[in-house]
Amino acid sequence: MSVHGAEVRAAGAGDDSHAFVTLMLADQLCGVPVLCVRDVLADQTIARIPLAPPEVAGNLNLRGRIVTAIDLRERLQLPRRAAGAPSMSIVTEQGSELYALLVDQVSEVLTLQRSKMEPNPPTLPPIWAEHSEGIYRLAQGLLVVLSVDRLLALGLAAAA
Amino acid sequence: MDDLIAEFLTETNESLAEADLALVKLERTPDDAATLSLIFRLVHTIKGTCGFLGLPRLEHVAHAAENVLGKLRDRELVATPGVVSAVLAALDRIKLIVAGLGATGSEPAGDDRDCIAALERAAAGEAPEAGAVAEASPVAEAEHVEAPAAAAENSVGSQTIRVTVDVLEELMTLVGELVLTRNQLLQISRAEGTSAFTAPLQRLSHITSDLQEGVMKTRMQPIGNAWNKLPRLVRDLAHETGKKIQLDMHGQETELDRQVLELMRDPLTHMVRNSADHGLETPDVRRAAGKPETGKIRLNAFHEGGHIIIEVADDGYGLNVVKIREKVLSKGLATEAELAVMSEAEVKNFIFRAGFSTAAAVTAISGRGVGMDVVRSNIERIGGTVELASTLGQGTCFTIKIPLTLAIVSALIVRACAERFAIPQISVLELVRVGRDTGGAGSMAIERIGSTPVLRLRDQLLPLVTLGELLRLERTEAVPVSATVVVTAVGSGTLGIVVDDVYDTEEIVVKPVAPILRHVTMFSGNTILGDGSVIMILDPNGVARSAGVSATRAQRGTGDEAATGARSDDQTALLLFRADGDTAPRAVPLSLVSRLEEIERSKIERSGGGYVTQYRGKLMPLIGMGDGAPTGGDAPQAVLVFADGARCMGLMVDTIVDVVHDRLNIELASGRPGLLGTAVVAGQAAEVLDTSYWLTLAWRDWFGNAQSANTRPRRLLIVEDSEFFRQLLVPALAAAGFEVTAAGSGAEALRLRDHGLEVDAIISDIEMPDMDGLAFARVVREGGAWAHLPLIALSGRSSPADEARGREAGFSDYCHKFDRETLMESLKQSLNAQVML
Repeated sequence: MSVHGAEVRAAGAGDDSHAFVTLMLADQLCGVPVLCVRDVLADQTIARIPLAPPEVAGNLNLRGRIVTAIDLRERLQLPRRAAGAPSMSIVTEQGSELYALLVDQVSEVLTLQRSKMEPNPPTLPPIWAEHSEGIYRLAQGLLVVLSVDRLLALGLAAAA
Repeated sequence: MDDLIAEFLTETNESLAEADLALVKLERTPDDAATLSLIFRLVHTIKGTCGFLGLPRLEHVAHAAENVLGKLRDRELVATPGVVSAVLAALDRIKLIVAGLGATGSEPAGDDRDCIAALERAAAGEAPEAGAVAEASPVAEAEHVEAPAAAAENSVGSQTIRVTVDVLEELMTLVGELVLTRNQLLQISRAEGTSAFTAPLQRLSHITSDLQEGVMKTRMQPIGNAWNKLPRLVRDLAHETGKKIQLDMHGQETELDRQVLELMRDPLTHMVRNSADHGLETPDVRRAAGKPETGKIRLNAFHEGGHIIIEVADDGYGLNVVKIREKVLSKGLATEAELAVMSEAEVKNFIFRAGFSTAAAVTAISGRGVGMDVVRSNIERIGGTVELASTLGQGTCFTIKIPLTLAIVSALIVRACAERFAIPQISVLELVRVGRDTGGAGSMAIERIGSTPVLRLRDQLLPLVTLGELLRLERTEAVPVSATVVVTAVGSGTLGIVVDDVYDTEEIVVKPVAPILRHVTMFSGNTILGDGSVIMILDPNGVARSAGVSATRAQRGTGDEAATGARSDDQTALLLFRADGDTAPRAVPLSLVSRLEEIERSKIERSGGGYVTQYRGKLMPLIGMGDGAPTGGDAPQAVLVFADGARCMGLMVDTIVDVVHDRLNIELASGRPGLLGTAVVAGQAAEVLDTSYWLTLAWRDWFGNAQSANTRPRRLLIVEDSEFFRQLLVPALAAAGFEVTAAGSGAEALRLRDHGLEVDAIISDIEMPDMDGLAFARVVREGGAWAHLPLIALSGRSSPADEARGREAGFSDYCHKFDRETLMESLKQSLNAQVML
């Protein structure tokens, strides 16, 4: 499933609007900017990497390229996914390396007005505040905009 | 044809074409300074190279043309059509000569006075009629060179093209992908059995292999390229040392991957330099030994089974085992007892150890401590090995074995628990099928010394690591009765990696691991197998390093068990000794002792209220079990050396009694610090040593109470962009009892601050990209949680002016980068001052 179509629409929709790929993480609706997303993958075989940090779920093979999979549930300190529960991944590129962000479910692409985004409430738990860029109030619930860069800054988290 | 001439021709043809275009452009816009200097540079380069290669005709013409161009550039002349024509005519003449050169390999005979004269006239400002020069060139000569010029079109000039390395790298990556896809297809086809796809797939497979070979070839360069500086180097060395040296080079045309070639250049240069400086004798000595006065250094390169073998041999002294032994002892690299059981080959291998150099004197050429250890580690880094053979009086021969390429390697696929791994074939020596434990299947079985598994392999005792345990893999199935030991070459030794199963070998494309996994040094990369699965590639050297670390951890574990009085039915090797004048023996698990030493009284020095000795080039703190003083007498002091990571300390004891195998079963807990309790060992009561107590004691004293026993460890933040220095500093500071956090940049450090990281002091580098240390210090001092912390600058530059700038920016102290002592002192003072505030 490719989202290149959505990208085009997003680009044509004017300056203030941003398209987000929405996803579910432990019943929380989240979004990542569509421009960060290279691919969306259904359940994949992920090869575990021994001795890797817990957030690193393993490696997967995306058309001959090795992609490092990061489990966002681990990353955001959410409860583990039940054994056998399906997962999907969002593939993103950072510094010529590919990373797959493992989530519970990827759903539609939403185009939202940037001006409608609200800052993080001060009471947001630090782990969420660290990775959230802001919140949208939507009819179907609150959408947390995740910062892909900060999600991938694993080395830093280890140092802190 | 000479390689240099061929290269010159390619380059000059390109330059000439470029100069032609530029000159025409110049004629239209005579004031264009950029074009002018471009032409000047091109002609200048041609002139310079001709002079170097000894091509007088070309040189003279180019020189005359350069004069004119120089004047144009300096605005002494205007680029009138006449002047430009003169220069163009000169370029034409250069082309003619170059064409002749390409055809025959030497400059054609001819007279260029007319051309040069025209240029001189132009330079003098006597603008000739446009076209006059061209007519002036003698027709006869033009005819003379015309035929070779036509031939040259098809020779060197057009047969090579220049391609940037990037394009080649990209091609290599693509071919790598293609090989993977091919492997995948083959795998599917094998599973499907015969189908219409089989035949075309076979064809595709062949073409892919050919393509892979072809692309690899484009990256190949003759090893002679890495050798071309050596004759000069050897000549200079011979001159400096007063030796007569002949350098023989064989197999220059042997090709290897350019990446490998680049990495081999330095080690090879170093080895040849070593041979010339240390290996060969002076003419007098050689004559006395009945050898020819001229010493020989022989370089030889050839292919052997997917590897390149490079030999560096000399017919000089040869390695003197007796001298090496003395040196090893004096440097404290091994004890006499250890040396006694070593074979000559093992002793010779000491020349690869860090801190070893047999040259008695440090000469300008070699012997500055950067020695064969660096050579070996460089070779190992590219997956190669180095061996040496030497006969006293006859010479030394180093044999280097390196892979042809680093991008695609042949690897052995193995399984540990449920995971598969690739081990590069180059480091695999043999596979041995063994029973999992004593009494298991087969005659070969894994035995244990304490908890350490070993294998008796012919005449050697092979240390083993179990891959599954090392990687902390979960075992889902029952432990199989038999296993396979993959015997790998690591450093100069061997290591057995115990795996559950071995599949086949596969050509794999090495891909680097993601940056967030770089800290796991056991893996050298990852790859995709034919069936599409992603597996990790093991680095046997990394495995060996990690095994060393985890072994000490495991041993510490046994110590803890003893402490809690847990019953351990395993027999442990226990070292019995007497200390503190006590007649009752004391015991310590032998596995915890890294070595036993006898140190001369005179070598024990007092320092900072404690005792130290120089051990393996470093200071080692010595602790006595009683009052801390060395035990009396003139006999050498017996010392148990304990090592934990990079730290080591010596425990001074009276006598070493025995090593016994017994259960370590502590029956009485001890009230005395430093002793765990009493156990019955070999039929008598012995007090068991608490090694961690003595280690902390030694190191706390050593670092001047940087951390007192009851307070929490001091937290430091290190801001340093160089990974090298981070790796150097973090363990050193951690060893000194600090809790260390490292940040790679000022911005990263500030983020840590904003995330609420609490520290007691900050150490920052000054020279960093983006935000330098001074800017960082200013931001820290501006406000926020860290505004009042001690802030210590670390810099390679430490002039008073630099220091003043540092203090102005807000640093509380300024240390030189390599001076650990000062840094420790500064930290201690800063932190104590803070406590007093």
